[in-house]
Amino acid sequence: MTILIDNKAKVKESLQPKGFLRYFSFSLDHKVIGIQYLVCGFIFYLVGGTLASAIRIELISPLSDFLPRDVYNQVLTLHGTIMIFLWIVPVVNGAFGNYLIPFYVGARDMAFPRLNAVAFWLIPPSGLMLISSYFIEGAAQSGWTAYPPLSITTPQSGQIIWILSVLLLGGSSIFGGINFIVTILKLRRPGLKLMNLPMYCWAMLGTSILVVLSTPVLAGTLILLSFDIVAHTGFFNPALGGNVVVYQHLFWFYSHPAVYIMVLPAFGLVSEILPIHCRKPLFGYTTMVFSIMGIVVLGLVVWAHHMFTSGTPPWMRLFFTIATAFIAVPTGIKFFNWVATMWGGKISLNSAMLFSCGFIINFVFGGITGVALAQVPFDIHVHDTYFVVAHFHYIVYGGSVFVIFSSIYHWYPKVVGKLLNENLGYLHFALTFIGFNLCFAPQHWLGLNGMPRRVAEYDPQFQLVNQISSLGALFMAISTIPFLVNIFISIKKGAIAGNNPWNGLTPEWLTTSPPPVENWEGEAPLVREPYGYGKDYLS
Amino acid sequence: MLNKSYYLILIISIIIGISFWIGFNVNLLPDEASINAPIYDELFKILFIIGLILFIGMTALVIYSLFKFRKKEGEFGDGIALEGNLSLEIIWTVIPSIIVLFVGIYSYNIYDRMGGMNELNHNHETMNTNSEKIWAGISQANSINSDLDQTAIEVSAMQFAFLFNYPQGEFISGELHVPVDQKISIKMESKDVIHAFWIPEFRIKQDIIPGQPTILNFTPTKIGKYPIICAELCGPYHGGMRASIIVEDKSDYERWFNQNNKTNL
Repeated sequence: MTILIDNKAKVKESLQPKGFLRYFSFSLDHKVIGIQYLVCGFIFYLVGGTLASAIRIELISPLSDFLPRDVYNQVLTLHGTIMIFLWIVPVVNGAFGNYLIPFYVGARDMAFPRLNAVAFWLIPPSGLMLISSYFIEGAAQSGWTAYPPLSITTPQSGQIIWILSVLLLGGSSIFGGINFIVTILKLRRPGLKLMNLPMYCWAMLGTSILVVLSTPVLAGTLILLSFDIVAHTGFFNPALGGNVVVYQHLFWFYSHPAVYIMVLPAFGLVSEILPIHCRKPLFGYTTMVFSIMGIVVLGLVVWAHHMFTSGTPPWMRLFFTIATAFIAVPTGIKFFNWVATMWGGKISLNSAMLFSCGFIINFVFGGITGVALAQVPFDIHVHDTYFVVAHFHYIVYGGSVFVIFSSIYHWYPKVVGKLLNENLGYLHFALTFIGFNLCFAPQHWLGLNGMPRRVAEYDPQFQLVNQISSLGALFMAISTIPFLVNIFISIKKGAIAGNNPWNGLTPEWLTTSPPPVENWEGEAPLVREPYGYGKDYLS
Repeated sequence: MLNKSYYLILIISIIIGISFWIGFNVNLLPDEASINAPIYDELFKILFIIGLILFIGMTALVIYSLFKFRKKEGEFGDGIALEGNLSLEIIWTVIPSIIVLFVGIYSYNIYDRMGGMNELNHNHETMNTNSEKIWAGISQANSINSDLDQTAIEVSAMQFAFLFNYPQGEFISGELHVPVDQKISIKMESKDVIHAFWIPEFRIKQDIIPGQPTILNFTPTKIGKYPIICAELCGPYHGGMRASIIVEDKSDYERWFNQNNKTNL
């Protein structure tokens, strides 16, 4: 049996391009695919960030004077779409999932390596297609939500390309989700039980269930929307007897779970990072597992809280208020468990740890405004205002993106075999944390006081606060410089990391850095206690 | 041990004290100019204080842990192998559940006081003579005056303007004039895409949906001019889609109404 695997490995290895080139190939190696996801996602992050800068420049002055009005709407549509579908979703799921899950289950690759490569290679063309729509007749300009009738009446080519590209990205996401579910459930090393798995596996299992259940609904909805645009059908077009509110229900049936698709894997990654740098077992493993599954179930029945000011009957508002607010309970359990993990540890305050702690603080803030937004009477005033913009950036940037950076600092030594420069890491963290809070905290006030979202112009009384927010955005833009410098310099000049620079116990640290194609030279280690820090047998 | 719990109670009290002080002294909201506004602000204050307690508490815990449990220079080894604690887990499941339930019930009560749970179509018999279906909206439970002297106005929204039709005077205005302290009932319909009708000083918002009339009831309480803002992305000039509501006393309103009234001619 082992001989068979070794032969296969040799054949597989000989077919793959070597060195740097393999990252541009149709590689079947889960580690290569993971890095492809990460680097590709980061390039789109820079594009989305440039668009965000354009928005913040426009909002320095109260008048619409930097971008033409229709271009401004294209910019905000592309910014949202790129950041969600091409940066956060592919990176927290595809990049880290592909790199780590086979290690965690003790496998040599994902269950379906070819499907895995297909899932990745759908992303660059659909991303390029999305961006190229700007140069044809202008990109979509109805926001990432694409509510009809606006999406039916704005220029068609941009909207249709937007739909096609989101459909492809959704397909990629479903392929990935199926792959993760099968790998986690069926490819576990003999002797490894589900409750022995590192927490990130549970997070990816929950996330993948959400992906597989909800993404097809978005796909169906967008296909109907494209019929309305191209074939003049009347599913959502009120002029032809369609119902625009039905679109909103279908759209949010995917797009609210999409928030959990972006944050649940981040929760999983933090659960891996904290125990290692705190030198303590993850606190409350079992409750963490149940809270992930609780979030998955509740996450499917909260979508209408995005529609409290549109056509929803009162009883429905009440139900969705309570369901939404209750998500705070399993989420809160996770946060208390993380703080308990830190309590009594021996904490190394490095860049990975700083970003994880930044995540906890930001996400608690975003979670609190989230519970407030779940309350119908509260939401009615601030819905579709900058309060909501601030809230979801605290969730997806303060939450997911902080965790992505934390994870890069944490796993870079494993992937590259070199350590990152800690001083540049501190600088990156300080600029990001200060810039982020400076940019988004004031936006809560803007929303409460009367500034709607997605506008290019606003009342002069909001100018100072908008300028503070733009200054924060400038800090965030600058913060990518020390990060990129650090990444590139450390590849060549970083200190040698060794196989296990953090003394981690999870399986990816029990192999060489970088790992061999088949992940381990010999048989995969059986790790029953991935968080056994401080246990006797270690000392 | 006694000493420790004494400090804990002291710190929690300080955090709660600070949160209450901020909650009562920092105003983040615009003027209150309708019956709904003070009710909304009451809810906001409660949520703000609870949120502050949780946020300051959690942040303090994280920062304290980072300093207190930081690995010292040259120190090796692990922390204590503590894998969980059932009673702690129960505490931080039950307490948040109670807070969330309290907030939910309380905000339901607030929503009911704002009239959110009222039957929309029943409430609107006076206005919908042809008994057209109302799809959504915010009604209002108790207004100062009876329903008899409610002012009914029809709003139509289009890219990128609001028009206000006064059926009793058969005229259309670009500004919404309303008498103070009187229940106003507006029926809204969109001519093209989805818009939203938002008056921040009144703390109310309702989408205006093509093909689905919606209503909004409110009672202004403060004379003045306030912005009406479109809050739903509706096209390139979305940011410029604004109108004004002018709340004036009854005699001023009647003078304005009679100047425009076409039924007198």
